[in-house]
Amino acid sequence: MKKVQFKSSYSQYIFLAPQLLILLIFLYWPIIQTFRDAFTIQDAFGFGSYFAGFDNFLFVFSDPSYYTAFKFTIIYSFVITLITGSIGLLLAVQANKVLHGKNVYKTLLIWPYAIAPAVVGVMANYFFSERYGLLHHLFNNLWGFNWYEDVFDAYIYVIIAGSWKQISANFIFFLAGLQAIQKTVIEASIIDCKSNIRRFWTITFPLLMPTTFFLIIINITYAFFDTFGIIDTTTIGAPGSETKTLVYKAYIDGFKGLDLGSAGAQSILMMIIVLIITIFQFRYIEGKIHYN
Amino acid sequence: MTKYISSSINHCILLMGLIIMIVPVWIIFASSTHTSLFINTNGLQFFLGDNFIENYSRVLFKQSGFFNEITAFKMFFNSFVMATGIATLSVITSLMAAYGLVYFKIKYATIIFWLIFITLLVPLELRIMPSYIVMSKLNLVNTFAGLILPISASAIATFFFRQFYKSIPDELLEAAKLDGTSSWRFFIDFLVPLSKTMIAVVFIFMFVFGYNQYLWPLIMTTSEQYWTVVMGLKTMYGSISDRFAFVIMSMIPPVVIIIFLQKLFIQGIFQNK
Repeated sequence: MKKVQFKSSYSQYIFLAPQLLILLIFLYWPIIQTFRDAFTIQDAFGFGSYFAGFDNFLFVFSDPSYYTAFKFTIIYSFVITLITGSIGLLLAVQANKVLHGKNVYKTLLIWPYAIAPAVVGVMANYFFSERYGLLHHLFNNLWGFNWYEDVFDAYIYVIIAGSWKQISANFIFFLAGLQAIQKTVIEASIIDCKSNIRRFWTITFPLLMPTTFFLIIINITYAFFDTFGIIDTTTIGAPGSETKTLVYKAYIDGFKGLDLGSAGAQSILMMIIVLIITIFQFRYIEGKIHYN
Repeated sequence: MTKYISSSINHCILLMGLIIMIVPVWIIFASSTHTSLFINTNGLQFFLGDNFIENYSRVLFKQSGFFNEITAFKMFFNSFVMATGIATLSVITSLMAAYGLVYFKIKYATIIFWLIFITLLVPLELRIMPSYIVMSKLNLVNTFAGLILPISASAIATFFFRQFYKSIPDELLEAAKLDGTSSWRFFIDFLVPLSKTMIAVVFIFMFVFGYNQYLWPLIMTTSEQYWTVVMGLKTMYGSISDRFAFVIMSMIPPVVIIIFLQKLFIQGIFQNK
């Protein structure tokens, strides 16, 4: 906050009003509704509802498909983070080194970042279709690829579709992180350590730690929420429901299954997960890692 | 010599990266310039065909056949209205709210601060069903207001502007106060012009964010007249080369923005940090 401020009896509220109004109607109202849904059970015909305590939560916890979705979401976040992080870092290191064409590489590597996940999913669809799919044919020749029956193959499908555009995001941030490292540090390290690879892991990579942790959070959030459009345009959860993320499952249960109680409870559980990630981010990452 | 070899390795790895990022889109683009008959018999294509103008103009302007009642052109129009609405509304409300938070002494400032920023923890995906119910109670299903308002109910932009205002030196306000400038004049004559770049960054970022929305328009529009480009991809039918053409067209607006306004856009991503 500023040391010098305006003192007024009403102006500040006029400035705050539009945003607060929109938030109250279009955010707080639905959130309150979510909590109401989570703690009530509607009867099957929609005529009445009654307070159910934690019954909806217990129902979610006793549902094996919730654990399937949970497991998939964790695996998905982990693999996407690992793949996109390492390819992004590899490309960023190379782009930071080359003397010629740096900007051309940069432009040509970052544009997929702007493409919507749903569009990526539709494209992936063509590459994995039995009829036209180049990747489908390739994998099929290698080991008999069949994503609508085999869980592992379905994983490969959604992981490739989900990773592609996220490589760009990782590339942009790693490149920025590399460019922020002071030249003098690198020059000094060249004198001390001749091996390029060792120098990277002992000097450069530790200096990139803040970027790495930040990207882990970004990638996890991406895998949790933004991949909705990808799942919905590729496997739709196939073979059974092994490739449903938690968000996707909550949507299907609420919107298609019309089980508002269960969907509400799942949403609240997701909010708790987001809260934990955020607290973790502030506590450990912002606090412990120093930029210089 | 070793320098030469190591730099060629760098370029090789980068070229492989380029192949991964560009070739899939290129193949869809090249395939979209052939006839469907050719695609159906020969599969995806790597080289361009001769049906570019024919396919793309058919998709853009033909009313029936591709979708029932709507042309791709109308869907682009809808997407632009939605994205522009989201970007404009977010910029205006956030610019004002951040001003109120940073430049005024407010009672219950902490409560208002949390009321605004805790919303960052609840992305739209988590409140999709109740949001739909609220919108139908307000009679906003199948309206542009229904597409725009819940997406612009976000504190991300407020967060950017707040950070930016805090970096402006206090002397500016002191000087303005000595001159007896009112809070409204200060906002319009000093802060808004000072925030020009920031406004552009947030606008571009929110525009792409709005354009790329998928789930919300899918739920909010039962009438084809309000379909947007990105959500329409899932429901489109029509021949295969038409579909390829539509996929390519759908990614042009955000990709053009990121290529031409690269600097501003990257700045936007970093503000999102």
